[in-house]
Amino acid sequence: MNTKELIIEKVKEKFGESIEEISDFRDDLCFTIKRDQIVTFGKFLKEDPDLQFIMCKDVTAIDWATRKNRFTTVYHIYSFKLNYTLRLKSNIDDDPPTIESVSPVWPSANWYERETWDMYGIKFINHPDLRRMYMPEGFEHHPLRKDFPVLGIPGSLPLPRKAD
Amino acid sequence: MDRISQIYNDEKLLKKLHDDRDITIEDVLENEMVINMGPQHPATHGVLRLVLRLDGETVTGIVPELGYLHRGYEKMAENMSYIEFIPHTDRLDYTGTMCNNVGYVLAVEKLAGIEAPKRAQYIRMIVSELSRIAAHMVAIGTYAMDVGAVTMVMWTFREREKINSIFDRIAGARFTTSYTRIGGVASDIDDQSISEIAKFLSELEPALVEMDKLLLSNRIFIDRLEGIGILPKEDAIALGVTGPNLRASGVEYDVRRAKPYLFYNEIDFKIPTFTQGDCLARYFQRGDEVRESIKILRQCLDKIPNGEVIANSPKKVLPHKTEIYSKMEELIHDFMIINFGINPPVGDTFFSVENPKGELGFYIVSNGSGQPWKLKIHSPSFCNLQALSQLCKGAMVSDVIAIIGSLDPVMGEADK
Repeated sequence: MNTKELIIEKVKEKFGESIEEISDFRDDLCFTIKRDQIVTFGKFLKEDPDLQFIMCKDVTAIDWATRKNRFTTVYHIYSFKLNYTLRLKSNIDDDPPTIESVSPVWPSANWYERETWDMYGIKFINHPDLRRMYMPEGFEHHPLRKDFPVLGIPGSLPLPRKAD
Repeated sequence: MDRISQIYNDEKLLKKLHDDRDITIEDVLENEMVINMGPQHPATHGVLRLVLRLDGETVTGIVPELGYLHRGYEKMAENMSYIEFIPHTDRLDYTGTMCNNVGYVLAVEKLAGIEAPKRAQYIRMIVSELSRIAAHMVAIGTYAMDVGAVTMVMWTFREREKINSIFDRIAGARFTTSYTRIGGVASDIDDQSISEIAKFLSELEPALVEMDKLLLSNRIFIDRLEGIGILPKEDAIALGVTGPNLRASGVEYDVRRAKPYLFYNEIDFKIPTFTQGDCLARYFQRGDEVRESIKILRQCLDKIPNGEVIANSPKKVLPHKTEIYSKMEELIHDFMIINFGINPPVGDTFFSVENPKGELGFYIVSNGSGQPWKLKIHSPSFCNLQALSQLCKGAMVSDVIAIIGSLDPVMGEADK
């Protein structure tokens, strides 16, 4: 049994109903999990002795702009035991978008989730320190949303005023 | 002028200022102090701002503030074609430009299902290893300069200069190379470049021995690094540290070996690791990686096959300029690719390469059009900086400089 089959079997056995979709595009295995299950699912993948996905490489989101579930969060996790990078996705259907934070499971997700909050405005519940990562604290918009123009919004950043 | 005279006439303020002069040494020792380091600080390698909370000279807390070099590359990528984004990858980690170029085009090739010819892949390996040596030279030099050994930076930059000259010959640019193309590389390398690389390698080996002699006989250098900023193995994994910093903590993880790309599976090389995980181990780690890169380069120069350097796939790979001017079909394809892009299939891929700083990944979401719907850059410097607050807790102020130097962040990449 190869690595992919092992992961799929293990996950299906425990989280059969919560998995919305399993995709395998260009050899990248991806699970789409129900939004309320993401932390328990992450904990299972991390703590299962056969899987041990102990490293979180990346957290980000996709803004689909026109779809009903506008945002999808994307996680990339890595297992040293299996030498495999797995992708998890979770569709968010509420407005303003919120999802449970995975930083209690993987501490490295802390900054990645801060970045995602900064860029997409997705609120991570139970995050220890949800501040903006790149943009200044008083900035109102979330730049990587599709409705944010490339050239920026005039007046959204304070500029020096004309001398009196 | 009005404001200044106002201050001089303000009785309350003057009294307060006068009282402040009566601070005793005990007041200072009893209270914690918050100071600001950077963003314009020579030791923070760019524009990293740190807010330190100090108890005397001991750091009790540290908050890194990023974003001073944020240029919004991910937003820009969504509004340009895949080919247009190649020059922007140079500006991510500007010390190891070729590695970024190679990583990006490999990610796009995986998404679009293109395979570059074997010679192109070997050239990519050669330039990315050269780039790795250049980046580590900058890292070691500036690191030694930060902790007081100023001579080192001259020696390492001398070696890096030779690599820049080789890049000038290969790519036509010394620094921002933009050398790779989707489906291959921009131009073939000639025999003279190969002999120049071989000559450079034979000069680099004795130079590395000299550098080690210079630094390791320097008592101050050793004393400032040994046992400072220890990062245990478990914490390194939990904090998502990558690259040389992860391997210096004893984790044998290198993308070139874990998930071989290009032809690294045909090359014989070791992954150096250290178990101490302190600042000195991170210095040794980089030195050893340069030696492994020399080994890889020698084998690449021996094994490089003859053949094409760009794939023959007219719908996806740009044809050569001379063909565009003389053939109708090529002109049409060029027009279509430039105006409408290469249109990879709908889907998303994550591809990562081993960069000098760590694992650089590109997560690309395609909706079938010529521009990426989303392009996320997983930058190693950003991940490494996350470990900073843990490493600096309990250290001295001067150790903070050594720890930043040992993590070797490049802010162009951390801020994207």
